[in-house]
Amino acid sequence: MAKLELRHLNKTYSPKIVPVKDLSLAVEDGEFLTFVGPSGCGKSTTLRMIAGLEQPTKGEVRIGDRNVNAKAPGDRNIAMVFQSYALYPHMTVHDNIASGLKLQKVPSNEIRHRVAETGHILGLEELMDRKPAKLSGGQRQRVALARALVRRPDVFLLDEPLSNLDALLREQVRAELKQIFDAQSTPVVYVTHDQTEAMTLSTKVAVLNNGYLQQLDAPHEIYNKPANQFVAGFIGSPQMNLLTLKCQSNNAILGDYRIPIPGGFAPPPEIVLGIRPEHVRLARPDERQTIQGQVFLVENLGMSYLLSVRVKGAENVTVRALLSADQRWNNEDLTLALPLESIHWFNAQNGDRLPTTHEEARLDQGIPVKR
Amino acid sequence: MTTTAHDTPRQTPPAGHATPGAQSFPLKKVLLWVAIIAVVLFSLGPVLWQWLTSIKTNDAITELPVVYFPAPNQYTLQHYIELFTRERFGAYIFNSAFVAITSTLLCLAIGSPAAYALARLRLPGEQFILAAVLIVTLFPYILLFLGLLEIVRVTGLANNYLALIIPYTAINLPLTILVMRSFFQQLPRDLEDSAKVDGYNTVQMLTQIVLPMTLPALVTTGILAFIFAWNEYIFALTFMTRENLKTIPVAAAQLGGTTLFDVPFGPLAAATIVGTLPLILLVLFFQRKIVQGLTSGAVKG
Repeated sequence: MAKLELRHLNKTYSPKIVPVKDLSLAVEDGEFLTFVGPSGCGKSTTLRMIAGLEQPTKGEVRIGDRNVNAKAPGDRNIAMVFQSYALYPHMTVHDNIASGLKLQKVPSNEIRHRVAETGHILGLEELMDRKPAKLSGGQRQRVALARALVRRPDVFLLDEPLSNLDALLREQVRAELKQIFDAQSTPVVYVTHDQTEAMTLSTKVAVLNNGYLQQLDAPHEIYNKPANQFVAGFIGSPQMNLLTLKCQSNNAILGDYRIPIPGGFAPPPEIVLGIRPEHVRLARPDERQTIQGQVFLVENLGMSYLLSVRVKGAENVTVRALLSADQRWNNEDLTLALPLESIHWFNAQNGDRLPTTHEEARLDQGIPVKR
Repeated sequence: MTTTAHDTPRQTPPAGHATPGAQSFPLKKVLLWVAIIAVVLFSLGPVLWQWLTSIKTNDAITELPVVYFPAPNQYTLQHYIELFTRERFGAYIFNSAFVAITSTLLCLAIGSPAAYALARLRLPGEQFILAAVLIVTLFPYILLFLGLLEIVRVTGLANNYLALIIPYTAINLPLTILVMRSFFQQLPRDLEDSAKVDGYNTVQMLTQIVLPMTLPALVTTGILAFIFAWNEYIFALTFMTRENLKTIPVAAAQLGGTTLFDVPFGPLAAATIVGTLPLILLVLFFQRKIVQGLTSGAVKG
């Protein structure tokens, strides 16, 4: 158990290939940090630098307030779970789990005790004498986890550990992971491209893109208050509607409709309006802040329908709305409400979030925060 | 079994009255077997002939018309017994085995770490080293020989096992390095990363993780190196002049009859069999040991 800190981390392979540009963050005891981002955003490289499998070009990796840049991976007291599990094929499950302890010269009594204990937690008792080839994907996954847990490391590193499992198993293992790591007070760093995993597992999410940290926050903050257009578009499924609109005085022009821009900043000539499809709803008769349009695509998601709507007066603008399955609507002429408090505004030039005055109010309503 | 009206028409017709086309003469199968037998006879014929010669009496060997399969009274083990009593084939086998095994082990011990380094470390000039290794394999063997002869003469290594072990190892090294390198490259990288995180150092990783997984490759290249060393003739003939240091190929070639015009077919055939048998046993033994797909299960497969 120790604090993990990254200071101005940079990895440069060649002047054109710089997967991690400048990354600073800290993970405390008991925190579960997830790196999330599209492929090539530098998340795996960062994890490998923490593990010591790659050397940072610049910056420091600190574990327990000591610079570990010069330490070999084996001396950092970390444990890592790989996407491919990376079990040693010629060793039994027991030997796989015990291998790290044997190298640390832990007395064999304690090894036996700890392996049995970990095996019990993960339900591996029956499999101890098998070779990895005789295990199913989910079982291999659990052996890989056991190999990490048994080490009692200072930091856990997990590199997309669920992406080789099928969808059903993934949900089940995800829940198990959450329970297991909730019981540990060791910092966990988790890499994934799956935002559901990022949202469900973490206490903190670091959204990476292009080698830079885009936002580092609790999952609900990331969802409710994306720091920029990239985060807004990346987190949340279906993707947030992001519309680049012209401004006139204090209104954004969306086709035939005007959407008032709240105070808090000077209206620029162009602005990006963001609203999540789940926040767009059918307008009630008395509502005034509405837009009308024509539905051109309906996607059935089971519990809801995803509608793609062409807004009247702006033929190239598509607004997507998520409506629950029990609602009825008219495909030809649909009236939608865009609740002002759910709209995010972004700078059209640099994509940064524009702070609005009603933001504070919305936060005060309070989404329960559980850490 | 109940038979319904529906079943009756589908009852199998008696053999020989099959519907035309469906169960006609299995031409493909017959041709396949003809081809298999032809190939087997073509490759194993000489070996079979050698073996039959080695267990025939001298009279049966020279008898005309040719005796293909000796009659019960024409069998003898005399040729084999002669090899080990009149000639010192026990010593020759030991020489061959010692030289071949030592050079094979040396080859693997030197070649595997080199191959691993070439496969995994980002070495400066890696392509150059690989090209150099490849070029070594292209040297005409007989040209190397003249230089080696001079070296052996100067260093006084003649009639020393080292005179054979060193060249055999050197000649087999490029092949070992190239084959092992390609095997190492196929190994999932995650495994080695995982080993590093677990705390294995490079040597432990090579011996405890990587080599056990490349066992099939080790055995394959080992067998190739062994066969080369076992069969090599010119070096063994030239560098080893003392009688008790000869290897099997040399000894077999130097088998002489009682007179100049007497070709000792029987002992020659027996020597060939004695020389070949260890190789066959080796391959058969390791064929069962080469567990294919040893790495399956390491990563998602």
